[in-house]
Amino acid sequence: MEAASVTAAPPKRRSDAVREFISRYGLIAILLILPVAYGIQDLGDDGNLTRLGNNLVEGVSNGAILALIALGYTLVYGIIELINFAHGEVFMLGSLTAAALYSPFGLTPNTATFGLIIGLLAILAISMLVSGTLNVMIERVAYRPLRSAPKLAPLITAVGMSFILQNVGILWIGASQKSVPDLIGSQKQLFEVAGVSVSRGTVLAVLAMIPLVLLLTQFVAHSRLGKAMRATAQDPEAARLMGINVDTTISVTFLLGGLMAGAAGLITALYQTSIWYFQGFSAGLYAFTAAVMGGIGNIRGAVLGGFIIGIIQGISDNRIGNEWTPAIVFVYLIIIMVFRPQGLIGEETREAG
Amino acid sequence: MTRVRELRGDPRAGWAIGALLVLAVALMPLFRPPLDGFTSDAILALAYVVMALGLNLVVGFAGLLDLGYVAFYAIGLMVTGWWASDFFSGVKNEKGIHVGVSDFAGSLPGIHLNFLLLVIGAIIMCAIAGVIIGLPTLRLRGDYIAIVTLAFGEIISRVFQNGDTVTIFGDDKLSNGRQSISPIDQLNLPIFGEFDSATDLRPYYWCVLALCLVVLFVNFRLRDSRLGRAWIALREDEVAAASMGVPLVKTKLLSYGAGGAFGGISGVFLGPVYASVNANQFMFGFSIFILAMVILGGLGSIWGVVLGAVMLGFVNHWLIPDVLDGEFVQDKLDSIGLNFQFSEVAFGVFGFILLLMMVLRPEGLLPERRHQMELTATGPGELGEPGELSATYEARA
Repeated sequence: MEAASVTAAPPKRRSDAVREFISRYGLIAILLILPVAYGIQDLGDDGNLTRLGNNLVEGVSNGAILALIALGYTLVYGIIELINFAHGEVFMLGSLTAAALYSPFGLTPNTATFGLIIGLLAILAISMLVSGTLNVMIERVAYRPLRSAPKLAPLITAVGMSFILQNVGILWIGASQKSVPDLIGSQKQLFEVAGVSVSRGTVLAVLAMIPLVLLLTQFVAHSRLGKAMRATAQDPEAARLMGINVDTTISVTFLLGGLMAGAAGLITALYQTSIWYFQGFSAGLYAFTAAVMGGIGNIRGAVLGGFIIGIIQGISDNRIGNEWTPAIVFVYLIIIMVFRPQGLIGEETREAG
Repeated sequence: MTRVRELRGDPRAGWAIGALLVLAVALMPLFRPPLDGFTSDAILALAYVVMALGLNLVVGFAGLLDLGYVAFYAIGLMVTGWWASDFFSGVKNEKGIHVGVSDFAGSLPGIHLNFLLLVIGAIIMCAIAGVIIGLPTLRLRGDYIAIVTLAFGEIISRVFQNGDTVTIFGDDKLSNGRQSISPIDQLNLPIFGEFDSATDLRPYYWCVLALCLVVLFVNFRLRDSRLGRAWIALREDEVAAASMGVPLVKTKLLSYGAGGAFGGISGVFLGPVYASVNANQFMFGFSIFILAMVILGGLGSIWGVVLGAVMLGFVNHWLIPDVLDGEFVQDKLDSIGLNFQFSEVAFGVFGFILLLMMVLRPEGLLPERRHQMELTATGPGELGEPGELSATYEARA
């Protein structure tokens, strides 16, 4: 806080100080509840933290995927203040595309390493492009016509779009979960740290995420279009007056978000070795939670939030049960939105009021 | 022509047309067999009308986008699961609690209450749930409200879907989880006695029609009341409404509570109609199904919402399963090499309706006048005199 505003403010009462303290550290404390509670339980039961460590590792790989999806939410929200509800479905269709390309590229679990890498890179490029293009098309069809409409209108079309795409998924692969070939042996242990095994899938997810996020941050920070994006996010009208083509900039933002979602789609297909038309719904909401947690509109925040939600998901899946995970993540979502809508490292948004 | 125009201005003409319409709708099942597919579709459609009118209070009047409306449907259905079946079979040493039910239901273990008590129970529970859902959204605006309500709807659905692992009051479960609770008692009313859906669906039809009329009446009265005008003011401009003395907290919470109560009423009615409570149907898609009715008809327009609900009710229960998945259309699809059932992609159809309506005709099929002004007028200066506008409105209608 700046010095001027502190001196100008009336003398603080104790309750205000307490509230500020809770607002700043309360969320972190709430986030630590699950790991700490189960850590203590593990220490009591087994005398070590291996089990919790395994959950955390699984959480990190979930987190890498969620972070990539969350980037799409955060970029789009940052620039047009819209929750791109269909983003989870863009990710899902990226996953379906990737899985459908396995056999045309001749990839099987027996393919030699070199061929596998080349093939996967090609599939990565295609699924990213498919998801990116899809996201741009969604913006053209569902959001652009409503840019001057009341705020709820584009959100409603977003929900409608999400359902349409889910049903495209149903028409494509059917309504049940489908397993895909385990190309990389995702559950095989690669190495072990202090009794905690790290699988190939985890390493792949993290290794694929880091360069993508770095490229994205560099693009947003230094490229011409990235600067235009940031200018549009600050003030679309002023950006237009400065000669920035706002429509193109928004399209580019959707393209970038879609690219990340497509990458996340391939990683999910490799890591989970199963695809489902409904995978985008929960992943999308978790990723949105992650984006809000990090502070929506903030790229670093989205990555941080992705890992946090991924870890919560990992712990909850193993300890409380798969079927309760959505409820637990949504409880966190509500807590964050109500008590710290600006997120961990975000700024005040208009919604947060 | 002038006579017709004079009649249109006369409120008595409106009432007369309305009464004739209601009479025609009420007499419809007399011309159909007692167990008729059409009557059964109509029962569901009318139950959706009740639900959509409830959601319209929140989304249409108060302008708070509620994506978790399935929560109230779930609570309403669970009320029948708890209090109108043998679910709590251990209660009172397996003798059961019975209030105002038929001899047959009275002999069963578990809790069995009269329909009116169930309705009251559901109203109370849903109103409380509505307020609880509303509380965290008070500080939020716009799409954050939508996401918080969505999250609540999902949490409540999940709790009921996994309720077999939750124990309450000793060793009773919260729900049967993914297994359905059945059978649910037939509907019991004080004077009319017990209905029997196995032999005659018509009493159910008249019952839901009566519910609809009551809910419609309440809706009109609410809309024109101080509270309803406060909701609309809130929708138009929250800051202006607050500075005009509209109590924001109370107004918002009442809208969630009232909207939820209608959802609960509909749920309680549907329990006996389905004769079982299946937690698998508590899905986000259901909230969107109801929202699509409101959007299709016109946000905030009571008659529009009725039309939207009836239309989508028949689309879901008649057009998709009987016509589009019927032999004729399926044969045609086969012949051009397409092979899928429309019922698989029903939610895609509703999503498409949402998208299409919002892009092409955001004010809905039967728009509310004030909302239409908001959506179609380019600026406040071009609205013109109120009389002028209502003239154009009537010309369009």
